[in-house]
Amino acid sequence: MAVKDYLRERFFPQIWCPGCGHGIVMANMIRAIELNALKKDEVVVVSGIGCSSRMPGYLDFHTLHTLHGRALAFATGVKMSRPELTVIVPMGDGDALAIGGNHLIHAARRNLDLTAIIMNNSIYGMTGGQYSPMTPFAKKATTAPFGTIEHAPDLMELVRGAGATFAARTTTYHAKEMIKIISKAIKHKGFAIVEVMSQCPTYYGRKNKLGNAVDMMKGFKEGTVPIGSKKKANNPDLIERGIFVEEKRPEYSMSYLELIEKYRVETGKVVRR
Amino acid sequence: MKKKKKLTINREWCKGCGICVAFCPKGVLVLDKEGKACWAHPEKCKNCGLCELRCPDIAMELV
Ligand SMILES: Cc1ncc(C[n+]2csc(CCOP(=O)(O)OP(=O)(O)O)c2C)c(N)n1
Ligand code: SF4
Ligand code: SF4
Ligand code: SF4
Ligand SMILES: [Mg+2]
Repeated sequence: MAVKDYLRERFFPQIWCPGCGHGIVMANMIRAIELNALKKDEVVVVSGIGCSSRMPGYLDFHTLHTLHGRALAFATGVKMSRPELTVIVPMGDGDALAIGGNHLIHAARRNLDLTAIIMNNSIYGMTGGQYSPMTPFAKKATTAPFGTIEHAPDLMELVRGAGATFAARTTTYHAKEMIKIISKAIKHKGFAIVEVMSQCPTYYGRKNKLGNAVDMMKGFKEGTVPIGSKKKANNPDLIERGIFVEEKRPEYSMSYLELIEKYRVETGKVVRR
Repeated sequence: MKKKKKLTINREWCKGCGICVAFCPKGVLVLDKEGKACWAHPEKCKNCGLCELRCPDIAMELV
């Protein structure tokens, strides 16, 4: 099917600013779902609140648009009650790492089979450009007019430490790579996290004089390298892209079902899931 | 030989961000007077699909 066949076309043109990277993520997430040959009613897309989180409204899957920071909590409920469904969770960097930071850590720790896509534009886009935990040191935001004095974590290291069994990073410039990575993340049985560096020309770009959407995407092209590239040794500021973690570990919803089965066999009692 | 594809541009959805124009490897696209993407040199298009993959507004389709 074409990308359009997965859309609720009545809501188009979509609301994002011209050149906003979130639209590129949405289209390529659809392509990744198509690569996995999933039917529309086998997929649930769950989001919180933010520019990024508006995505499910445009998609013709099962969709939930919930509370800021709580997308993973709602997604956990969906997955635990219907483990046969594929659950994808698009999130903003503020959504996932500020208010939702704890949910992120525990979803990773449990290894619940969800695919989290963090659309990292280094800013709170929706509410007017406040800095987020992912705003790099010294960069500007409406709440950091002289540059932030906080440091952003390396998201890949953070979720590796929390126990994610799949973690990858790509950018909106690297569209083909994005499709491959999201497709693999969906296939992965366990908690998968994909960071997509995305441009917010309206706030992050303007506040930091990074130019328009095209300039910001050129920045992703020039400022990133594949994992293990020799260029990184000479220029430590380069950000690595690719798959950082890919491991097998028992998946949470399956472990839960196994536990129920074990109890049933041992006690002879009927247990409702 | 691969069949030559045709690029359709949805002017209602295009927001004129210029991403497709800037990154087309063959310089096939331009923004027209109304600021919408336009397939100006179809003969140079090599069907790579990059414009479609990077368009944030799902305004391009190569079929
Ligand atoms: C509980 C709660 N707190 C705060 C807000 C206000 N709020 C809405 S979106 C947002 C941040 C959006 O930033 P991000 O998650 O990075 O998404 P983006 O808009 O950048 O895609 C905030 C703080 C809210 N809606 N609900
Ligand atoms: S404010 Fe930023 S993140 Fe929100 S739609 Fe506009 S460009 Fe995208
Ligand atoms: S990338 Fe899409 S929205 Fe932007 S100018 Fe090209 S067709 Fe229009
Ligand atoms: S398919 Fe490739 S060559 Fe053709 S217009 Fe698009 S980006 Fe340019
Ligand atoms: Mg953000």
